[in-house]
This record gives sequence, structure tokens and C-alpha cells, in this order.
Amino acid sequence: MRYLLRRFAVLLLTLWIAVTVNFALPRLMPGDPVQTKLATIPGISPLARQALEKQFGLDTHQSIVGQYFSYLGHILRGDLGRSFTYFPSSVTSMIRQSLPWTLGMVGFATLLACALGCGLGMMAAWRRGAAGGNRNSRLDTFLVPLGVMCGAIPPFWLATLLVYFVSFKLGWFPVGGSRTPGAAGGLSGTFDVLKHAVLPAFTLTLVSLGGWVMLMRNSMLTVLNDDFVKFARAVGLPDRTIAYRYAARNAILPVFTQLAMALGIVVGGQVFIEIVFSYQGIGYWLLQAVMNEDYPLMQGIFLIITVTLLVANFLAEALYVLVDPRVRVEASK
Amino acid sequence: MNVRATLSNPRAIIGATILAFFILVAILAPVLSPYSPTDINFAVGLGPTWQHWLGTTEGGQDILSQLIWGTRESVSVGLLTGVLICVVQLVMGVFAGYVSGFTDTAFATVTNVFLVLPALPLLIVLSAYLQGSGGSGSTAVLIGVITITGWAWGARVLRSQAIALRDRPFVEAARVSGEGRWHIVLSHIVPNMLGIMVANFFGAALFAVLAEAGLEFIGLGNINTVTWGTMLYWAQNDEATLMGLWTWLLVPGLCILVFGTALGLLNFAVDEIANPSLRRD
Repeated sequence: MRYLLRRFAVLLLTLWIAVTVNFALPRLMPGDPVQTKLATIPGISPLARQALEKQFGLDTHQSIVGQYFSYLGHILRGDLGRSFTYFPSSVTSMIRQSLPWTLGMVGFATLLACALGCGLGMMAAWRRGAAGGNRNSRLDTFLVPLGVMCGAIPPFWLATLLVYFVSFKLGWFPVGGSRTPGAAGGLSGTFDVLKHAVLPAFTLTLVSLGGWVMLMRNSMLTVLNDDFVKFARAVGLPDRTIAYRYAARNAILPVFTQLAMALGIVVGGQVFIEIVFSYQGIGYWLLQAVMNEDYPLMQGIFLIITVTLLVANFLAEALYVLVDPRVRVEASK
Repeated sequence: MNVRATLSNPRAIIGATILAFFILVAILAPVLSPYSPTDINFAVGLGPTWQHWLGTTEGGQDILSQLIWGTRESVSVGLLTGVLICVVQLVMGVFAGYVSGFTDTAFATVTNVFLVLPALPLLIVLSAYLQGSGGSGSTAVLIGVITITGWAWGARVLRSQAIALRDRPFVEAARVSGEGRWHIVLSHIVPNMLGIMVANFFGAALFAVLAEAGLEFIGLGNINTVTWGTMLYWAQNDEATLMGLWTWLLVPGLCILVFGTALGLLNFAVDEIANPSLRRD
């Protein structure tokens, strides 16, 4: 319990740092791009501008400390301000609209890559590392360089190639977007949404697969050296039981931590992939905000991404205590 | 670092050969390149011909020359950023882990904060603030931003290694004989964790190459330099695929893929050699 409390304190500290960095960044820029940008919003009345400055914590009548506290207050109330580019819409509503797309597509691809990667990594390690296993197992020999290669694919490049060859030339999938505008609901609407998600999800699964394979393989190889595996073999347990019930269960722990991180990052979307496929998730809007110098939108998205990742991390650490008895003993000391 | 183990590791040999090839191309760029990469006086949008092996761009530049000079820029940015990340890790991880006490607590806290900040969005947001989105950024800022976002993970690994070495007798002996802190770190601690540091370097360089190309692709670098990333930026911008100029899009990406695979293989192989439980022998 004390361990969890300490982790919670670290979580709060990190959250505070993230919020403060978010506040400080635009103010550290040379010149005053935010003010310049504010002046260019078409048809904005002086009154609206003043209100906007207030919402963005830029009230010029306030000191920087005052600005900081009013910024904190707005955030605590869940108010992230309004977008410059899509002026009347609030940042919160824009995030709420794009979040389901990212969660669905990126979340599914992350889970798929993790499951596939773990399976492959476990098999490769078992073929090679088990006593009596083949040190030059063909599966392992090919899987390692293939996994490394997956990790070196520039995702945006693969995405561009797929859009051209599979969508444009072969016409198998839509060229972009997250759904056909004005598409019907129901079954055909669902099918339409799925069709738009196939290529982005495939790209993401492929580029992230290698990392999972390597992580699981190395973790499993380390576990296979442990005495309890030798003991299980000496006792005469069947290979399957040793591999799945003993070795893999121990080897999965680092994967578990990594998965929590990866699921935390899901909310951030995949900027490069979403951009190439014009898939309108969080990553897509983050880049739109960057391109249009839409600072409230950029800050809001970055804040959401950071907070989710921090909370996911904390939950992973808390769950870790439940899953791994060794950590529980360590933690209670 | 075990030299014999390195020479008998096929992954290390393949990785090192590819790396050496790209470094050679980078060094010999002025000799190898048939034209100037910025010469725009060729016919626009040519397919592969005898004069232009990989064709020309929509802007009338020779793609092969761009690729060769781009190799020089991308490889040097990647490796230089890898080195910089290692230096930061040396201070934040190894040095902090060795000296312990307040410095260590402070540095470890900073590392933990950076560790949980999302790398890719941070990369994009920082670049946007520091150099705008107009594509007129500087390479120095690009390198700086990648360094800031890429060091934390390795620093944590190195710190735990340094802590494990801190109380070993030979380090104790050096401390008692009055050697300075940095001297002990550099001549006693680092040589004993060289394998992990080298593996880390290749991992960092891989991250840097992909991050550089990605940022340049979305226009957050300097679009007037010739690199693999900016080639892809222009290819995408001028709709190379629709014009049938597939070499323009295909080849720079393949270079990133092959060069990145080499770095990844070296990272893996060195890790394998340094970590006995993963070793093949």
C-alpha cells in the first residue's frame, strides 16, 4: 500500500510537470505568435478576443503567475479552450469526436500486434532455447532479422505505398478518410467504417510487430535458463506444460508492462499513419493543429495524450503488484 | 565487448557491412554522385534512363544524385544524434548512478518524467514550437529535439548498470586511491558496460533516423536540404505516385529501411553478445 501511495505521489508530480510544460512552451517562443495568431482570426470582435485570451490564460492584464493559476483552474474544470482554426468549436468537443476513431483503429492494431508478436516470440524462443532445442532453429534464425526489419520500416512510407498500390491501383480499399461521408448507418455503415480501417491498422500492426516479437523472445529465453524450467523437465512434465504454464507465464511480465505503455500511447494516435490515410483520429488533428498554428488545439491534444499515458502507467504499476507476487513482497518492505 | 564473439555473429557481420556501405557512400558522395543534387536543369518527371538511372523529380532534379547526397545528410544526422543521445545518457544515467545521493535522485526524477512523456507527440509539438511548420527549420534544432525525446529509456538501463558496478572492489579501489568522479566513470565504469552502451547507441541511432525522416516528411524539418526524409516530403507533395514516378518514393524509403535494419541488427547482436542468456554458442 505504501508502495502504491508513493507511485501515486510520483504520478501527481509528473502530471503537474506535464501541465506546467504545456503552459510554458508557447510562452517560451520568440516573439508572440499566439497574439499574432489571435489577430488573424477572421471576424473576431474585440470582446470575443478578450474572452478568448482569458480562456487561453493569456489575459494581458494578469501577471504570468495569475495566468498560470487561471490556466490550471480551466484545466481542472475540463475546459481546454477553443480552437483557433475551427473557431467556435471547443477543443474538448473536437477531441471527443476524434477519440473513438483512434481508440478503435490504433487500439485494435496494438492488441493484435502484441498477441501475434508474443505468440511468435514465444515459439521462436522455445524452439531455440529449450534444453534439447535446436540452437540454430530455422524459425528463430529468420524471425529475428524479420522482426528487426519490421521495426525499421518508416510507417508513413509504407502507408504511402499501400495507398498507392492497394487502394488506388487495385481499388480494394478507400484511398483515405475514416468513413464515407453521409454513409448509411447499420450493417453497411459498419462495414464501411471497417473497410476504412483495414489498411491503417495493417500498417500499424506490421511496423510494431517486430518489437513485440523481440521483447517476448528475449524474455522467454532468459526464463528458459532458470532452474525451475530444468526442474520441471527433470520431473518429466510434458513440453507443452513447461512452455505455456511455466515459462511463458513468467516471461510475459515485461510484455505486460510494455502493453500498458502501448495502450496508454494509443490515445496519442499514430500521427504518421493517420496523416497518410487521412484517418481523422487524434494524431491527424494534432498535425492539423501544428500546421495551422492552432495552439489551443495542440496544447489540448498534447495534454490529453500525456495524462492518459501517465494514468495508464500508474495503473500498470498497480496491476503489476497484483500480478507478480515478487513485486508484492518487494513493495511491502 | 568480445571481439571474437562479434566476428562470429552473422547478424553483427551483416549489420556492420551494410553500415559500412552507407558510411562509404556518405563519404564519397561528391565522387559517386553524377550531378549536383540541387541542379534543376533536367527534364521534369523522367522515368529511369541511361542519363538518370532513377529518373528525375517533378522539380527537374536527378533522383540518384539526390539519393547519394541525401545518404550523406541522413546518415550523418542519424549517427551524430545517436552519439549525442549517448552523451546525455552518460551524464543522466551512468554518472548519476555512480555518484548516487541527491544528484542521482534529481537526475532519476527527470529521467522518469521524460520516460512517461509520449515521445512522438512530444517530438512533433516541440518541433512545431521551436521551428514552426513552414518547412524552414534548422537541422541543429531537429537534432536537438530528437535528442531531448530519445535519451530517457537508455539512461534508466545504464543507471541500473552503473549502480550495480558502483560498489565493486575495483571501483572502490579507484575511489580510495583518490581518482576523480568523472575519471572513475570514464575509465572504470564505462569500460565494464561498454556492450550495453554500444547496443544503446545503435538503438538511439535507429530512433534518430526514423524520427528525422518522419519529421521531415510532415514538413517539420528543413525542406530545402536534401535528405531521405525531404525527398519523401517532396515526392508526396508533388504526388510522385500519380505521376508514375515510383522510384522517387520507393528508393529513399528503402534506404531508410535497409539502413535502419542494419542499425537494428547491430543493436540486437551487440546486446546478444553482451548478455550471456541470449547468446547462441
